[in-house]
Amino acid sequence: MVRFMNVNKSYGKLNVIEQLNFDVAEGEMVSIIGPSGSGKTTVLRTLMTLETINDGVIYVEGKPLTHMAKGGALVPADERYLRRMRTSIGMCFQSFNLFPHMTALQNCMEGPVQVLGLSKKEARERSEELLHMVGMIDKRDQHPSRLSGGQQQRVAIARALAMRPKVMLFDEVTSALDPEVIGEVTNVIRKLVTEHNLTMLMVTHQMGFARDISDRVCFFFGGKIEEQGTPSELFGNPQRERTKQFLSAVKEAI
Amino acid sequence: MPIWEFLQRYSSVVMHGTWVTCLQFLLAALVAVSIALVIGIGKLSANPLIRGACVVYIELFRGTSLLVQLYWIFFVLPLFGITLPNFTAGFISVGLNYGAYGAELVRGAIQAVPRGQWEAATALSMSPFARMRRIILPQAIAIMLPPWGNLLIELLKGTALVSLISVTDLMFQAKQINASTYLSAQAFGTALIIYYLFARGLITPSMRWAEHAVARRLGRS
Ligand SMILES: Nc1ncnc2c1ncn2[C@@H]1O[C@H](COP(=O)(O)OP(=O)(O)O)[C@@H](O)[C@H]1O
Ligand SMILES: [Mg+2]
Repeated sequence: MVRFMNVNKSYGKLNVIEQLNFDVAEGEMVSIIGPSGSGKTTVLRTLMTLETINDGVIYVEGKPLTHMAKGGALVPADERYLRRMRTSIGMCFQSFNLFPHMTALQNCMEGPVQVLGLSKKEARERSEELLHMVGMIDKRDQHPSRLSGGQQQRVAIARALAMRPKVMLFDEVTSALDPEVIGEVTNVIRKLVTEHNLTMLMVTHQMGFARDISDRVCFFFGGKIEEQGTPSELFGNPQRERTKQFLSAVKEAI
Repeated sequence: MPIWEFLQRYSSVVMHGTWVTCLQFLLAALVAVSIALVIGIGKLSANPLIRGACVVYIELFRGTSLLVQLYWIFFVLPLFGITLPNFTAGFISVGLNYGAYGAELVRGAIQAVPRGQWEAATALSMSPFARMRRIILPQAIAIMLPPWGNLLIELLKGTALVSLISVTDLMFQAKQINASTYLSAQAFGTALIIYYLFARGLITPSMRWAEHAVARRLGRS
């Protein structure tokens, strides 16, 4: 479904992703863990095409994401091609990024109406269904400024899902939340895992949650996958020294 | 002559001048806002040619005096085959000049919209145009309304210069009355008060109202 092939990304001299090879199968739930600055966010952002890559190719559903075939060669994609590719990917951010001048419902309808060309009626039905799913239907007419962090993040998830993406990206979606509302957001993600066949990539610091719901966990270090495996392999029996160090450091913090 | 009698005698002339000033203000403001949006957004373009053109525009109109620009547009452009009536030349000059200042307000406000808003709109696959129109501008407008209030007052005061190309605005009428009666204090005193009332009694409250309206749309009030 998603394939990174020898992907490099640097900011100036700083190599943030180095020679990354990474595959995600259709319907798979992959968690990405690792120390701060290890490039986890950058991996998601390159996949959302919010960052350009310096080298390598990313494939989504077998099609190159940032390049398009032209005269037998791969050339950097133009805006229109990128936009088409983006529609199969949805992303939720640490800081929610809801549109403040729109209500919860309008936030969800915006993409379907403006991008997919749905009628207002269709978009509203789809959005209300999703707001219901995330438990926010009662607040559909509220602006984000009237919602708590957990509520905003649930609306943000509904907004991304309204585009019917094939791949969902979650970048530390609970990090900005108070501890007592983290559960309302993780429960929504849990529901997505059990009830939908979405491909999901989740960056998280919640080891317990990652262990619970992932098919696979990747430990990032220095822009590379240092170690990966099923949750029981990686958490239960880590092989690499850095993984062990990281996991014990995280355990101490709790 | 007591002010009371002065007002009685010249009120219709003063009223007419005020009306012309009002029109000059509205039309110049329209030009300024349009120019500011185009140039302000253009200055953020990824295309270096567009960006360069906008920088040149802003530099040119902010770096030279409005009065010289007014004379250029009214007296020099006809030499190139573009002749504008003085009324039109007046509000266009004022609009172009204040539009250059407004462009910086637009650019600044757009840049002040959090990065995450662009990213969220991009993640929804919105086109650059839709992103700007639906997501960024509505928020940028909320940010730039207060400084626009000040700029529009400056623009109103700037319209007084059009009297120098014989547009019959409030300033022009005040000068006429002064020239024929030598009642300087009354003539210019009246103009002073009307400009002040226009600015503080009409523009400032209108902008306040607009700010409230926008705040309401953001769900903030
Ligand atoms: N826009 C940027 N400009 C320069 N450096 C950046 C930028 N974004 C991220 N970085 C750097 O890239 C590295 C990886 O960042 P990130 O992917 O956010 O890490 P993580 O999400 O794992 O904490 C960090 O060292 C960070 O400072
Ligand atoms: Mg991060």
